[in-house]
Amino acid sequence: MSTPDTRVLLVREAPIFIQSVPGRSGASLPPCDVPQVEAADVWAEGLLRRQAPGLPEVSEPEVVRHYTRASLWNFNIDKGMYPLGSCTMKYNPKSADTAAAIGAFADLHPYQPDSLMQGALELMFRLERLLAEVGGFARVTLQPSAGAQGELCGLMMIRAYHQDRGHPRSRILVPDSAHGTNPASCSVNGFSTVPLKTSDDGLLAPDEVRQAIERCGPDDVAGIMVTNPSTLGLFEIHIAQIAELVHAAGGLVYMDGANLNALMGRFRPGDAGVDVMHYNLHKTFGTPHGGGGPGSGPVGVTEDLAPFLPLPTVEQDPDGKYRLEHDRPRSIGRLRAFYGNFGVLLRAYAYIRELGAEGLKQATDMAVLNANYLRVGLREFLHVPHPDRCMHEVIASDHDLKSTGVTTLDLAKRLMDFGFHPPTVYFPLVVHGALMIEPTETETPQTLDCFVETMRAIVQEAKDHPERVKSAPHFAGLKRLDEVTAARKPILRWTPAE
Amino acid sequence: MEFPKDLRYTKDHEWARLRDGVVTVGVTAFAVEQLGDITLVDLPEVDSQAQAGEAFGTIESVKSVSDLFAPVDGKVTAVNDQLEDRPELVNESPYGDGWLVTIEVDGSDLESLLDAAAYTELVAQEQ
Amino acid sequence: MRYIPHTKDDIERMLRVIGASTVDDLFASIPEELRFEGSLDLPSPISELELLAHLHELGASNQPQSHASGTLVFAGAGCHPHAIPSAVSTLAGRSEFCTAYTPYQPELSQGTLLSIFEFQTMVCELLGMEVANASMYDGASATAEAILMAQRLTGRSRVVAAASLHPEYAQTCTTYLSGLGGDPTASPRSAPQGREDRDPLVQVGWDSSGALDTQGLGRAIDDRTAAVVVQSPNFLGIIEDLDPVCRAAHAAGALVVSACTEPLALALARAPGDAGVDIAVGEGIGLAGPPNLGGPGVGLFAARGKKAVRAMPGRIVGQTLDAEGRQGFVLTLSTREQHIRREKATSNICTNHGLIALRFTIHLALLGQSGFRRLAQLNLSKAAFAAELLCGMDGFEPAFSGPFFNELAIRVPDGDADAVVARAAVRGVVPGVALGRFHPGLKDILLVSINETHRREDIQRLAKSFKSMG
Repeated sequence: MSTPDTRVLLVREAPIFIQSVPGRSGASLPPCDVPQVEAADVWAEGLLRRQAPGLPEVSEPEVVRHYTRASLWNFNIDKGMYPLGSCTMKYNPKSADTAAAIGAFADLHPYQPDSLMQGALELMFRLERLLAEVGGFARVTLQPSAGAQGELCGLMMIRAYHQDRGHPRSRILVPDSAHGTNPASCSVNGFSTVPLKTSDDGLLAPDEVRQAIERCGPDDVAGIMVTNPSTLGLFEIHIAQIAELVHAAGGLVYMDGANLNALMGRFRPGDAGVDVMHYNLHKTFGTPHGGGGPGSGPVGVTEDLAPFLPLPTVEQDPDGKYRLEHDRPRSIGRLRAFYGNFGVLLRAYAYIRELGAEGLKQATDMAVLNANYLRVGLREFLHVPHPDRCMHEVIASDHDLKSTGVTTLDLAKRLMDFGFHPPTVYFPLVVHGALMIEPTETETPQTLDCFVETMRAIVQEAKDHPERVKSAPHFAGLKRLDEVTAARKPILRWTPAE
Repeated sequence: MEFPKDLRYTKDHEWARLRDGVVTVGVTAFAVEQLGDITLVDLPEVDSQAQAGEAFGTIESVKSVSDLFAPVDGKVTAVNDQLEDRPELVNESPYGDGWLVTIEVDGSDLESLLDAAAYTELVAQEQ
Repeated sequence: MRYIPHTKDDIERMLRVIGASTVDDLFASIPEELRFEGSLDLPSPISELELLAHLHELGASNQPQSHASGTLVFAGAGCHPHAIPSAVSTLAGRSEFCTAYTPYQPELSQGTLLSIFEFQTMVCELLGMEVANASMYDGASATAEAILMAQRLTGRSRVVAAASLHPEYAQTCTTYLSGLGGDPTASPRSAPQGREDRDPLVQVGWDSSGALDTQGLGRAIDDRTAAVVVQSPNFLGIIEDLDPVCRAAHAAGALVVSACTEPLALALARAPGDAGVDIAVGEGIGLAGPPNLGGPGVGLFAARGKKAVRAMPGRIVGQTLDAEGRQGFVLTLSTREQHIRREKATSNICTNHGLIALRFTIHLALLGQSGFRRLAQLNLSKAAFAAELLCGMDGFEPAFSGPFFNELAIRVPDGDADAVVARAAVRGVVPGVALGRFHPGLKDILLVSINETHRREDIQRLAKSFKSMG
């Protein structure tokens, strides 16, 4: 297998400010066809800017070259595989790019009258129904900007539900394998978390839930947050029973829908007792990650929770016209200005329409097939805590490499030298030195074979030449960066030299 | 790993030295080894009250945050300001320049804390 | 299905390797009674050309501003779209930026990290602050998070907000704050009876100039106030004098949060940081574009002081060296974030709006120092022209006497701004935003936003549209 030397095309770009030459500009502005007004003429002196903001002074070709070069030093899905567990880094369809560029949608101002944005409202109305069908819910809000905000929204609705009944409750049960946003969302909502231990089989046990409920005391369980499949890549087989236990105690069931790619067309959370679930459009529905965002985190709910949905909702009148509804007295209120990340919603809509019922199920089926194929390959030489089955992702660890001194981090860095982005590392916390590997359905079996062989070679190298793995990466253009000094002595902006 | 015999220790890996009614507190070399390179120490205000067993601050490395627990009750009389600019002092000299706070105690002693031998035993068990 | 490569042969071979007979076997762990049988009730798959035809058909019933249709839109009110140069989309549309993941592995993400470092620098420069994060979702959630940060830093809970803060921002803050009963130490069990009974934001109104009533502010602030929240240019389009607001707040030990939904104004207006603002937030969607019905936007978030950095939510990029002394960038100060602190995190936020922040950054790099100022002057001049023209018409007058940038509040005759909007619609013009939808007491006010995309004749058309037909 080749070891690509990618240094030839990598350019070390410095912040664009250093290229500034006074007088240069990349602006193209129309002339002023009205009388020119200076701020000093119309505003009091105390309101005037003293010093212009320090923006660079460069021409357009320089800007284009700078960002083009910068972009080359960026791994991306179109370049290679990201086996990042729970991120679902599937291919981002280009048809969605074309859809997103349609001016009739992109150029809409949020405060145009409803009558002038019927197409956009209809798209949102339809998307809600499509997502509701996939998850098995009565209604879906499209307002949250991200999965984490979706969680916030879901927990706020749970809170509102209990308050509405006159019985505010303060505790949420959260598995120790949960993603960090789960407990964080709880505390931002003023809930305290009650940890649930994952059993040795990697699942949540009804007994553990039962005991936790008892520990909470009567009438204080607001709900439970579950991830299904769990962050260990396993289907929570007791989910229905657990839902019943929590419901019996008067609580509600929140499901983190990050792993929905394992379930489409095979299981609907709403059918199994889940009351509220957030979707991640930038995961399951292929909208681009954009180097960190934007995403979108719609939330599906049962009919009981519908009154608490955030504002606004999209409704259809008897005459067929669509409108934004703001008059919902029990709503938790607004999570943002305007109406959600419409630009992302449109892409997800395009994706779901292109794939259709058959395509979404096929995506799930092939995602699970790919992950199991990796599981069987990797377990031959890597410690896989649950070697016999998995859903759309598989967990491995550095457990068997202890004697070599090579850690999960080292494996990750060495993997970069072979054209792969590392998997998620050190999560979930319940597996020491975890590697969380999710191929998604858009990777070919050939790519998977290459990944397995690469991992095999690296593990062998860890035994034969551990120092080569420990000092990786070798071909990334940079060695490991000093994160300690970055935290001790933060330099968080470019500053002109004195 | 050896631990200074003239100090006392908590199960949360702090050390304490009593002199003239004032207890100096820090974290042990074992704690520092576990945490890695310290990036930030968040300490209480001078004159605030410390309570034995309660968190009085946090200590951070790049990828972790841990609470610091007071070994005794009392008023915080001094805080190691040097750590603001040089948190690495905790790594370099955990029992010396890397001290964290001093707490004024009201006649009590450190007998209830672990001695060096007991702490060594605790550390051996944790590993 | 073109995105899924597996052939029948691939599937058979892989199943053999796995030791399963059918794909259904792979889902055996789902208890039988929970398995979904049959097909999801969704439309069948469609080809790309059918998809685009469908979307264009849907789009036909939208009417944004466009030269093709002749529709003009003069709406702002928190979303101020500007003309975006082509190079922004060319560059930000590159796969290397779009399809990249969060830069957790810095050796593979220097492109993203470098551009965020530049974004942070630009945000500091615009807002006059020391440190900025890698962006928030939008201006509204950034304002809410700024209030939470001020509460953490001061240990207090009360919030005083200008009534001229964007109403949807105020509602967002109320929603976020009521998650904690407006008091970070309160538990949900001590939550009050009804939402109407308790608004966590104590509101201070405006005077006849449209600016914050400073006397009212003085009465509202006390030693329990954590934050004073003000917007400039405010929701009524008026530029606020932030210096006295900061003096009053600081005298009581409170922090000032300022929000800016039109950062272009900062080319000409005093930087919030210079006036003493402690946490400055904003919305960058107008300069990153396109409006996309208001989302995704990009929340600007900046603060000053060493303590502030540690209390700030969101991701932050820092500069550092690699093991061989070469400069590079990394995500840093991650211990504030949810993936490490979990329940003690400063916020639950996980994403930033990276791609929109990138568009913002590229646009500002293209405009540059002089272009940014010239664009602002264009906007200022056009708005002044519009003000004279519109308020010269019978019955129309400026609603407030204060200074404005590119948006002005106009009081309409007959007290019904909705009627003006309806009249103008017939002529293919959205003349502004009728404020009755936000405050019943403002139904006689039309908020008109002018920008560089509006030519002189477009503004004249706007004026004509105020009059009835015939």
